[in-house]
Amino acid sequence: MSKVRVLAGTKKGAFVLTSDGKRERWEVSGPHFAGWEIYHMKGSPVNPERIYASQSSGWFGQVMQRSDDGGKTWEPVGNKFAYEGEAGTHQWYDGTPHPWEFKRVWHLEPSLTDAETVYAGVEDAALFKSTDGGQNWTELSGLRKHGTGPNWQPGAGGMCLHTVILDPKDDNRMFIAISAAGAFRTDDGGETWKPINKGLYSQYIPDPRAEVGHCVHHIAMHGERPGVLFMQKHWDVMRSDNAGDNWTEVSGNLPTDFGFAIDVHAHEPETIYVVPIKSDSEHFPLDGALRVYRSKTGGNEWEAMTKGLPQKDCYVNVLRDAMAVDKLDECGVYFGTTGGQVYVSADAGENWAPIVRDLPAVLSVEVQTLS
Amino acid sequence: MNVVRVEIPHHLRTLAGVRGELTLDVSGAVSVKSVLDALEAQYPMLQGTIRDHCTLERRAFLRFFACEEDWSHEPMDKPLPDAVATGEQPLLIIGAIAGG
Repeated sequence: MSKVRVLAGTKKGAFVLTSDGKRERWEVSGPHFAGWEIYHMKGSPVNPERIYASQSSGWFGQVMQRSDDGGKTWEPVGNKFAYEGEAGTHQWYDGTPHPWEFKRVWHLEPSLTDAETVYAGVEDAALFKSTDGGQNWTELSGLRKHGTGPNWQPGAGGMCLHTVILDPKDDNRMFIAISAAGAFRTDDGGETWKPINKGLYSQYIPDPRAEVGHCVHHIAMHGERPGVLFMQKHWDVMRSDNAGDNWTEVSGNLPTDFGFAIDVHAHEPETIYVVPIKSDSEHFPLDGALRVYRSKTGGNEWEAMTKGLPQKDCYVNVLRDAMAVDKLDECGVYFGTTGGQVYVSADAGENWAPIVRDLPAVLSVEVQTLS
Repeated sequence: MNVVRVEIPHHLRTLAGVRGELTLDVSGAVSVKSVLDALEAQYPMLQGTIRDHCTLERRAFLRFFACEEDWSHEPMDKPLPDAVATGEQPLLIIGAIAGG
């Protein structure tokens, strides 16, 4: 009997939501780490009982947690994230140099082949790696020391490395994204990196087609086609068919192409999901109607998925790491809102239902498909 | 060896898996630094939560009090009052009352 486990990180703790494959009845466990911000949790694809969690607080800084029983119990692991060598400076909001300062871990990406290996994307933007289950962290400093680093600037939420994608067909290839520096790729296991932002156009920066400086909100990939990437930029939904070497806009008929979350159907690599948000100054759905938009054509042609979602007076946001898909035969799609709801669609977006309605603001959603 | 009493904020007690006031064996002169060294040695999960891992500076939203005086801005290795060193009074580590 298959089962799913949803990992919801919120502003005030972590919640673990479990159901059988029907995804109709749910058990809710939590809050774990009550009162702390849980920016992200993610399970190892090698050992699904191994889950990593990023726990942080404005008072007490960063703590890292690890579970070896699927989120029932947790153990604090290493929380020292020291930049390698001279930290150097990036640009501050006003364009002046500002020293690189570690603030928190935004995203955890467990290795596809080793449960003890996990990557952490952090603010101020850098990528760290642990090969001992999170006890010790080493910076992959080739990214931060990329020649453009001194020109990177924070987005409104801070200069965060929020997206880490591992290529399942090439151990040496990874993709990351930083707000507001853009997307980068390594082809040598993290030693060297190249910006992959050609084709992006951001009219709010001095050079709209600059090599770096774009506010990429999230990137998604289907594991069977690692060369095809989908991006929700600040404004614009983009796709690349050559591993990020070039991007083309696929916003098509979206009512607004601002947003944060984007994901790909587990079995249909051309089926993608976004949640359009009104604008960069009004972080809520257009017309107060919460709609997931689905494209079955890899972009450009989008349809609104509304059944079961509030269609009036809804002013929540869906953050960049708060959407996920499961791998059951009928692909499940999940997203969490800043209003504390976690929604599930057990039929690829056709119909939606809340799993929970009243959590703290949801920062991240991941799902594990268990057999 | 001095036996020093320390109070830490609720969230750190939860993280360390302890209840109430802590009692620590502190060797040498009793200062904020030596107390934190002993605290972090006994409860390694607290490393980085009271003072920065790299700079060892106090985290901005935490303060230190001893004998009703604010020690937050004193040098970390300045000897604490005898009442703290002898365990008569606790060293208080307090989170700023701010935010949501």
